[in-house]
Amino acid sequence: MSSAPLIEVRELSKIYRQGDVDVHALRGASLDIDPGEFVAICGASGSGKSTLFHILGALTPASSGSVVIGGRDIAQMSPAERTIFRRHTVGFVFQRYNLLPTLTAEDNIRLAHYIAAQSDKATAGKNSALPAAFHAILETLDITSRLSHKPRALSGGQQQRVAIARALVNRPAILLADEPTGNLDSQNAAAVLGLLKELNQKEGQTILMITHDAEAATYATRTIHMRDGRIVEN
Amino acid sequence: MILTLVVSNLTHRPVRTALSIAAIALEVTMILTLVGVSYGTLDESARRARGVGADLLIRPPGTSILSLSSAPMSDALIDFVAHQPHVALVTGTAVQPLSGFDTVTGIDLNAFSRMSGGFHFIEGGPFQAPNDVILDEYYARERHLHAGSWVQLMGRTWHVAGIFESGKLARICVALPVLGEITGNPHRLSQIYVKTDNPANNKAVLEALRARMPGFQIYTMEEFTSLLTISNVGMLRNFIGVVIGVATVVGFLAVFMSIYTAVLERTREIGILKALGASPRFIAGLLVRETLLLAILGSLAGIVLTYVTQWTIHTFSPASLTQETVYIWWPIAGLIAIGGALLGVIVPVTKALRQDATEALSYE
Repeated sequence: MSSAPLIEVRELSKIYRQGDVDVHALRGASLDIDPGEFVAICGASGSGKSTLFHILGALTPASSGSVVIGGRDIAQMSPAERTIFRRHTVGFVFQRYNLLPTLTAEDNIRLAHYIAAQSDKATAGKNSALPAAFHAILETLDITSRLSHKPRALSGGQQQRVAIARALVNRPAILLADEPTGNLDSQNAAAVLGLLKELNQKEGQTILMITHDAEAATYATRTIHMRDGRIVEN
Repeated sequence: MILTLVVSNLTHRPVRTALSIAAIALEVTMILTLVGVSYGTLDESARRARGVGADLLIRPPGTSILSLSSAPMSDALIDFVAHQPHVALVTGTAVQPLSGFDTVTGIDLNAFSRMSGGFHFIEGGPFQAPNDVILDEYYARERHLHAGSWVQLMGRTWHVAGIFESGKLARICVALPVLGEITGNPHRLSQIYVKTDNPANNKAVLEALRARMPGFQIYTMEEFTSLLTISNVGMLRNFIGVVIGVATVVGFLAVFMSIYTAVLERTREIGILKALGASPRFIAGLLVRETLLLAILGSLAGIVLTYVTQWTIHTFSPASLTQETVYIWWPIAGLIAIGGALLGVIVPVTKALRQDATEALSYE
């Protein structure tokens, strides 16, 4: 393990309004994650794990506390800085894959690459192809033969592998996966989890996986349990 | 990549895209057809006025360029004008409006033929009897009439004596005295056409007539035909303005509905783009590009559709309306369509940018 954590979460709270009621989704959660770790965050529905996922991904701000990723506190970032942070620092994998249905698998992956290129003046507006080195990851994910297909022509497992490729195309420091096997049968779930483990071991990819499935959590190198917005076992 | 995304978004929802393009096409067609008919009708009027062969035109005081007046001038003016220096030929006409755009023109056939060179008859010949009428080819075609047919005009039955080649003065002509008698307005004229002995004398004759006939509207034919423009016809100008306004609203609403529903439908997709790090500018640019593509395709379709309306008018209503292709209005109509479309995309874009990514991604 390296000396400086990649992710430092301190006393993180999130309160949001639902009707007339304040919902405390997170109540002072703290944790550290080192580079190269594969961490599973487990908990029942409503435990706050998805809220933690959204805050770590800079999709929503925290109510209080700090989240320092790679030495930068994302709570202090402007919306524009958070947008750039999402382009380069995190890659998302969702339970429902969230591929754009109008694009082919390859174009879904290229789109993420294209959007990331927008913040670089040298590459902005360029229709850059996928990096050559990335083809090895496509091979690992075993989707090279399915790249020309649209999501509706792919199985759930294939869609999720395309989503993983999309999340990794910009070489993010962190891969955030929210219930990545929640919509898959056991065979496909095992395959996807195996791929995540392989990416972690071979590529040293830091992975933070939200799951309520204890078996899925066994693929991770560390498991964190959440309950009622707090981390109860780390 | 962005173009791929724009095109794929539009082709993914073909019905809505087609409806949006059709609505914008309708907007462009409305504008181009109205402008084409306006130009066409005025140019056709000018062409037929030039076909008379006159050098000067005298109209009653207080009439407008396109007014379809009855006949307020005395036919004694014919003699008066004919006796002015350098006047070679004079003929008067009376115009009686019918329903719609049609008019019946009373002419002195001999004098008119001397001035214009005469009608070229496609069927039949000049009128002989008091109930004879001659028609131009377009009116005859529109009403399916031929020489020898009978036609109802002004509450009377007329015998079609001949069908003449279009381009001279009017579409329906009867003998001037007959028209005066029927309308209870004998010996009165709507317009007087003058031919000088030499075109070089036109200006001198014009000035002399203006001096001796104060209040009358007297033009050279070049002046008169040059006045037959949209800008000189206030009612037409205003009408075109209203139609352009309505057409713009149609385009605005079409794009507003289309892109607004697209944003509602694509809540999750917009959330995905935000999760991928797409900036507000990127998302707005995407929707604006989709709108521009719709507007451009709609404009092109509208131009094509204008040829369909032109063919329809030429085939089914050649005498009443004439539609020209006014190329200079293509980019104008296109810009109006694009402007309306861009107005229509403002609210949907604002809504898309305000969407919360986490809500969008949890949206079912």
